[in-house]
Amino acid sequence: MVTNVTNFSRSGLYDWVLQRLTAVVLGAYSVFLLGYLVMNPSLQFDQWAQLFEETWVRIFTLLALISILAHAWVGIWTITTDYLNEHTFGSKSVLVRFPLQILCFAALISYVIWGVQILWGL
Amino acid sequence: MLILLCTPPCHGVNRVNSKRPVNLDITTIKLPLPAYTSILHRISGVVLFIALGFLLYGLEQSLASRESFDALKSLLTSPLAKFITWAILSALIYHFIAGVKHLLMDVDVGDGKESGTLGAIVTLVLSISLISLAGFWVW
Repeated sequence: MVTNVTNFSRSGLYDWVLQRLTAVVLGAYSVFLLGYLVMNPSLQFDQWAQLFEETWVRIFTLLALISILAHAWVGIWTITTDYLNEHTFGSKSVLVRFPLQILCFAALISYVIWGVQILWGL
Repeated sequence: MLILLCTPPCHGVNRVNSKRPVNLDITTIKLPLPAYTSILHRISGVVLFIALGFLLYGLEQSLASRESFDALKSLLTSPLAKFITWAILSALIYHFIAGVKHLLMDVDVGDGKESGTLGAIVTLVLSISLISLAGFWVW
């Protein structure tokens, strides 16, 4: 049996809602940023840097990164508990699954911190 | 999603009716098309998780200085960089479209047997079209 201690909000329902809310944020951000790049084919540094000087762009970007943290965590949790479980690895499957989950979580937290550093140059 | 919904209850069924032969080996089951689009959704998600490191590196270089911006721009003209860019875009496009389909299925659109297959076909056709367009855009 796979227990719940590692899922994001300790509740499948909250995880479900979080994954969908964050999906909407991420979808909107992807459309915004890709749309901007497609519409500005000969983009230069000044214009690009100016865009990321805007407070709303920084907030939107940070919001997207925080959304990735929650969204990807639910996804990683789902995949690791579906495939790296006792069905695949036997009763000691947690020894495979848990370190990998910790590694992924560390990566996601690092992404957010790195993003803050890029956006505000701390 | 199919696997997510199926695996735990099937284990339960296996225990309760222990005399019935149950095949749970997913590699031996002929999967319907929506199962493949669902697995691709998961794979593209993992790809994006890894790709985020590259994307943040790109954002960092693009904003650090004029020189690093120009260096990144010329780096992105190399065939390998273009291929990686296109691969990341492909994963993003697929994950986006399959995600929209998922949200529609949450509100009971396209979650029937026939409509599910149709949804999977639409997902694939739309993705392949947009991924091709992205290829033209990158090269």
